Formats: sequence, structure tokens, C-alpha cells
Amino acid sequence: MRPKVQIKGIREGLLVTLGDGDWSDIQQSLFEKIEDQGDFLRGAKMILNVDNHILKATTMGELRDQLSERGISLWAVLSNSPTTEQTAQTLGLATRIHQTHPSEESSQIDTSLDGEEAIVIHRTLRSGTSIEYPGHVVVIGDVNPGAEIIADGDIVVWGRLRGLVHAGADGNVGAFVCALDLAPTQLRIADKIAIPPEDRGDPGPEIAIIRGDRVVAETWEAQ
Amino acid sequence: MAGTVITITSGKGGVGKTTATANIGTALADLGHKVICLDADIGLRNLDVIMGLENRIVYDLVDVVEGRCRLRQAMIRDKRLPELFLIPAAQTRDKSAVSPSDMVKLCDELREEADFVIIDSPAGIERGFRNAIAGADDILIITNPEVAAARDADRIIGLIEAEEKGPARLILNRINPIMVERGDMMAAEDILELLAIKLIGLVPEDESVLVSSNRGVPVVLENKNKAGIAFRNIARRLTGEDVPFMEIDTESGLLDRISRFIRPGGA
Repeated sequence: MRPKVQIKGIREGLLVTLGDGDWSDIQQSLFEKIEDQGDFLRGAKMILNVDNHILKATTMGELRDQLSERGISLWAVLSNSPTTEQTAQTLGLATRIHQTHPSEESSQIDTSLDGEEAIVIHRTLRSGTSIEYPGHVVVIGDVNPGAEIIADGDIVVWGRLRGLVHAGADGNVGAFVCALDLAPTQLRIADKIAIPPEDRGDPGPEIAIIRGDRVVAETWEAQ
Repeated sequence: MAGTVITITSGKGGVGKTTATANIGTALADLGHKVICLDADIGLRNLDVIMGLENRIVYDLVDVVEGRCRLRQAMIRDKRLPELFLIPAAQTRDKSAVSPSDMVKLCDELREEADFVIIDSPAGIERGFRNAIAGADDILIITNPEVAAARDADRIIGLIEAEEKGPARLILNRINPIMVERGDMMAAEDILELLAIKLIGLVPEDESVLVSSNRGVPVVLENKNKAGIAFRNIARRLTGEDVPFMEIDTESGLLDRISRFIRPGGA
């Protein structure tokens, strides 16, 4: 039996939902389905829901190229796997569309402690990379200018923070941002926006939190 | 023969991709290797002009891909170096005339023809850029010591990592010794710290590059000029030779100091 591929038109473009099965079979039935439609899908923007499939960058890149050869531009990949989401983000694809994101809380792998979730990113985030996460974000590496992290929880950068970060994005004023070298383009906590001073002296570990009505950065001292 | 395909790219326009392609290609050919320079900037071709071969074009990259000519018919032999060839881009088409899979196929054929294939990438991060890196074995990122160029280089490095190519190496082009001495130029250390990739060349700003580009004679063919020597050194490093980074400044400048603790990129 051919693996199931479902194509549905939504406001944001074509939502394609892929069933389970071997990836090459799925890919083939996707292309067959596209060819069935002739030129009708040409120029369409595709949102691909890969569900539980884990895609590597080369596979996703090839798929994007093959789609683009058929006149379809892949602009978003929805997935339950953080690895696949990260791959999509590094390729510059969106991983979320408004409202229709299929990730139900129940289908997430439960890795939480006391209802808190975090992702750890083991690489440098370069310009153009965007990480959005409904929990805490830990980066082992640098966050370069032009990269952004938006987290509902805290943001910890074990490296140089030069990009844009937004902690407590859902309004949590108790969220914090800390980095070995805290020099972001812009730093936001909940609804407060701060721009670090030009002259910071020697770089060292700092933590940014809301005190009173302002975002302040304090030198990190071992307690 | 199984040659190496090297793509030169930058993200930002005007930082010296085409000049670097022409000069590194020429320098490699001058060292005795068989080299094909390929212009992947379809619609805005320039490499033929810089190499002084514009008036010899009959067939181009798109003709090869679409099967209107054989590969060798599109290879234009250089006027000066018999082992140097150019495959020009089409001027009347655009980037969508070629796909990344076409480029992979083409690069496989080119590897059989030459020791080195140097691809000049268009600016940007779209189809043209993806075409240019699709078949590459090795990628050189070129940037200038300015904030905008470094930012774009960072973005490009991220995209190359995402395509699981690389690791790319860096050419820092158009370093102005006087501005470096005054402390008015973004320091090489800051750029290397940001981009965190290996350096393969430091090229000083030199007006003879512009003059020779306008004349269609790559600057490496003229002896005793610093930019030319820098491009020659990059070519030698690409062949695996360990060449120390030259001192860009006249006397006691910053780069003199920097070049001591930057290790050569190696091959």
C-alpha cells in the first residue's frame, strides 16, 4: 500500500501531511500526487507536516530543491521532532504557522521536570537562525548578531551572546537571560526591552533580570 | 583525473568573489595545474570580463546544461595560460535556468576534466547561491573587514553548515593597511572570532586590482604587487602547501602581529 499523503489548501498555503512509512516511499508518493495535479500546484507555497519523521539537512535540502524544480516553494516544515525543527530552521524554513500548528501537548515526548521544558542547542547560532521554544533554551556555543532566540522560559548561553534574545516571551517577568559574555543586539524579558550599553568593560559572565521596572545586567557571582 | 571543485561565495555583493575566482584560478594554472573557472552568476556574468575573454564566448553554462553543446565546446582557453579555461554564464537567462542537481552532474563531469574547478557564486542566498555550492567539494567564503560583509558571511556559513558542506575557509579581502594602522578598520581578529572558521588568505586593498580587472588581466599575472602575491599564496595553500601569512602592513602594523597567531588553514 502506498503511504498516505494528504494535501489540503489553507490560508497560509498548501498543507501537506505525510503518513508513516519509509521516507523514500513517502517522498515518491508525494511527487506522484503533485504530478497528478499537473500545473495546478505551480507557484504554490508548501507547508510540510512531517509529523514524527526525523529529517537530516541534506534530505530536507534535496526535497526543497526537488519541489522547487516542480515550481513549488517549501516555506515551512512542521514536526514533532526538535531535531527536524532545528534542521528546518537552519535551512531558513519556518517551523510554525499561525493557529494551525499541529503539535498537541500530548504528542510531545515528556521530558519535563515539574512542568518545565528546555532544549539544549550544541552549536553556534549564526546570523539568520531563529529559535522559538515554549520552554527554556540553553545554547552551548555563541549566538551571533542576526540570530534570535525567543523563549517562554529562561535563556542560558554558554558562549558569547551577540544576537537578539527574548526570555519570558509569554509574559513571565521572572525569566532571565545569562551568558558568558552578555552583549546582545537587544535583550527582552517579558514586555521589557533593553539595549546594552556600548561600553561594557571586560567581558565576563552576567545575568539579566527584571528589577523593579527595568532590565538590569549583573555580574555572575558564585553563591 | 579527479579534480577538486571549489566554490567562492560571500552573501554580500561587491566583496571580491569574481576577482578572487579569476586570480586564484589564474594562479593555480600558473603553478602548472589544469584549471576551469566556472561563472555561476547567470544573468549577471562578469568573470569573462575580468579574465579578458568576453569576445571569445560562443557557448555558455546554460547551453551545456540544456545539451546544446558539449562540455569542451563551452570551455574557453585563456589567452596566456594554456591550462586555464573559462566556462561563462549565460547573460540572457536567469538563475532558474539551472537547478542544483544540474550543477552536481556538471561538477562530476568537470572533475574528470581538470585538477581544479573554481566556481564564482552570485551574491545572495537564493537559487543562484544554492546552484553554486551544490557540487562543491570545498567552499571559500570571501569577506571584507566591515560589519555588513561579516554579518552576511556568517549567514552564508550557517547555510553551508545546514547543507552539510564545508567546513568553509575564509578569505579576508581588501584590508586597508593605513586604516588598520589608524585603528579605523574592523580587526581581522574580531572577524575570525565571530565567524569561527579557518583563514586561508589575507588580501590587502590595492588599486592595481581594479586597474587590472578593467584591462582584463588578473593581477596575479603582474609581479611584485601585494594583492597578487596574496592571491598566489591562497592558490599555494589550496594545493596543500604551508605558506605563512604575509605582513600586510609596511612596518609595525596590526596585521603583522595578528598573522603570528593565526594558523594557516591547511588543505
